[in-house]
Amino acid sequence: MTTVARTPEPDYLHAQTNRKGIGAWIFSTDHKRIGILYLVSMLVFFIAAVTFGVLMRLEMLTPGKTIMQPQTYNTFFTLHGIMMIFLFIIPGLPAVFGNFLLPLMIGAKDVFFPRLNLFSWWLFITGGLLALVSLFLPGGPADTGWTFYVPYSIRTTTNVIPALMAAFILGFSSILTGLNFITTIHRMRAPGMDWFKMPLFIWSLYSTAWIQILATPIIGITLLLVTIERLFGVGIFDPTLGGDPVLYQHLFWIYSHPAVYIVILPGLGVVSEILPVFARRTIFGYKVIAYSSLSIAFIGSLVWAHHMFTVGMSNTGMFIFSLLTFLVSIPSAIKVFNWIATLYKGSIKIEVPFLFVLAFIFQFSIGGLTGLMLGVLSVNIHVQDTYFVVGHFHYVMFGGTGFGLFAAMHYWFPKIFGRMYKNVPAFVGWLLMTIGLNLLYFPFLIMGYMGMPRRYYDYLPQFQTYHVISTVGSWVLVLGIIIIFVNLILSLKKGAKAPMNPWGGKTLEWTVASPPPVENFHEIPIVEKGPYDYSEYEIKPEIAK
Amino acid sequence: MTTAAATHTHRDDVGSRMGMWLFLFTELILFGGLFIVYAVYRFKFPEQFQLAARELDTLVGTVNTIILLTSSLTVAMSITAIQQGKKHLSMMLIGITIIFALAFLVNKYFEWSHKISIGIYPQSPELLNKPPGEILYFGLYYVMTGLHALHVIIGMVVLAFSMVFIATGKINQQSYVKLEAGGLYWHLVDIIWIFLFPLFYLIS
Repeated sequence: MTTVARTPEPDYLHAQTNRKGIGAWIFSTDHKRIGILYLVSMLVFFIAAVTFGVLMRLEMLTPGKTIMQPQTYNTFFTLHGIMMIFLFIIPGLPAVFGNFLLPLMIGAKDVFFPRLNLFSWWLFITGGLLALVSLFLPGGPADTGWTFYVPYSIRTTTNVIPALMAAFILGFSSILTGLNFITTIHRMRAPGMDWFKMPLFIWSLYSTAWIQILATPIIGITLLLVTIERLFGVGIFDPTLGGDPVLYQHLFWIYSHPAVYIVILPGLGVVSEILPVFARRTIFGYKVIAYSSLSIAFIGSLVWAHHMFTVGMSNTGMFIFSLLTFLVSIPSAIKVFNWIATLYKGSIKIEVPFLFVLAFIFQFSIGGLTGLMLGVLSVNIHVQDTYFVVGHFHYVMFGGTGFGLFAAMHYWFPKIFGRMYKNVPAFVGWLLMTIGLNLLYFPFLIMGYMGMPRRYYDYLPQFQTYHVISTVGSWVLVLGIIIIFVNLILSLKKGAKAPMNPWGGKTLEWTVASPPPVENFHEIPIVEKGPYDYSEYEIKPEIAK
Repeated sequence: MTTAAATHTHRDDVGSRMGMWLFLFTELILFGGLFIVYAVYRFKFPEQFQLAARELDTLVGTVNTIILLTSSLTVAMSITAIQQGKKHLSMMLIGITIIFALAFLVNKYFEWSHKISIGIYPQSPELLNKPPGEILYFGLYYVMTGLHALHVIIGMVVLAFSMVFIATGKINQQSYVKLEAGGLYWHLVDIIWIFLFPLFYLIS
């Protein structure tokens, strides 16, 4: 692998293209530019969805009305859910960092289908705009919750159809990205990079892409059926015409549970990527981590009905789904143990990306363990549809993947933009985010266990203390997010120039300039070693300092 | 190099075919969702499904099955023709495939309009008087054959583009993976019909 920088050539950010201005971005088929397109558009939706979330928390500060009407609250939790899930956290890591890094990490010049990749982004933006437009159409924004449960989603007079279509189009975009990634990973790895020399982030993208391909069509057809049902009254899910609403729930969760793994797997991949770099140590149990990604993808596709333990399934069905749910925890726990084992006797260097990863492991463990509690049938009946469930999945989604995304942003920022950010504000932002997140969501778990139902506009006075703590937590969290964004945005222009490899990473993206040249590699590299080869530090520990 | 697109010059037919197959999986699963719905309701209302299926004309269904199967043959032949460098033959065979597709749709049109004329369509008073199993049967009939017909139309567009590409030389004896992809899509349309036909026409 020669890493000698030759004659200065324009990087992908400054390259001359046929089109000028914004056209050079929104019509670019360069995977790096498409990654940035996703990043920018996704963050816009993220900020909108965070705003909805913060306003909802503010409403819950006092019992009864605080700032908004009940119907507004209903539309807020619906839009918060739809935007966070379909526009931010599902496309988040694969579409932004997957696009940017997949070809760089496997030593390729682009993804296999570059034009299809651009088309996926266009679908993404169409779906996103449709979701936004539905806010302002007569009839008002959807108020069904992000789950679109029938029969309410058939009866409500709000704009459910644009929201359904938005989710449908976003699903299509997700499928095409997954298809592109699988083909790329199969066909475009650099010579010498066999399957078990791939970085673990690539393994997680690969597992994710399979779920995207195999599960998303089910939600596609289900949402389409609800749309047809609303438009023509066909009667597929409408109980008055003989339809079965529980069947809808099955179809919905056949996708939406695996979607949780679409969300979390790339987050786990980011952790596996960052941890060995800052521990200066080969990752513990590489193969097992790779296989555990695949087995999470596989078992995760068979557990959907644990969302439906209260609908009146057969006991046998409940036992089976509960058992399968417990099985998923095995590969997840394997990862956590291997990460901890990686740190053991490492030469740990504490930097901001590493701190985000540590917070990830802590919060993901809380999310995972509460998930086990939810898998227990007797406990599940007790906490079904309470804040306990909401707390659990926010710990996994935000405490896990959300933090993984921020870790990735801080880890690859120098590579993507060629600048370093300031460490102190990043550290303060991290600290505030971690404190804020736990203040915000831990009371959810307690309240939920005490019986606070989810999605309720009003509550009994005994819950108020917890709601107040939680609302304060949301402010701390948002303050942390603002500091982090301001820091990163200022660093885009003012940050010090980043070297090729600021962290001492061993994967291929660190062997090209920061930011990478348009073609990624002058010559396709030949891979001889595994991705986390820190043997030199093990021989001479003093150079790690 | 001026754009990143220009750097993407490698050619890998195996990879292109792989992408197409993955896409076909997603299509199969899309219809798979509908087949689950069908299976659940047929299990729930077996007699009413049987009764409702008597309304369908098996002859029209059979004719359409034969039309689609034959069109799969012609599209496969057009690929063989282009492999042998017979450009005009290949284009003609695609043309025949598109005509078959049109014939299929015309048949479907008459079938649907006949149903509608005797008052069987979603929310019609006639249908609402029937038991729930029959309402579901016809609901699924319209949704599944309708979605299939949409795929027939998409397939026609894809094949029409392939024809243009052959004419302009973009698809030729050396590089015909695009036509193969179009052909695969057409076989998918065919195979879905192979399942729809017995499930709706042959259960009475």
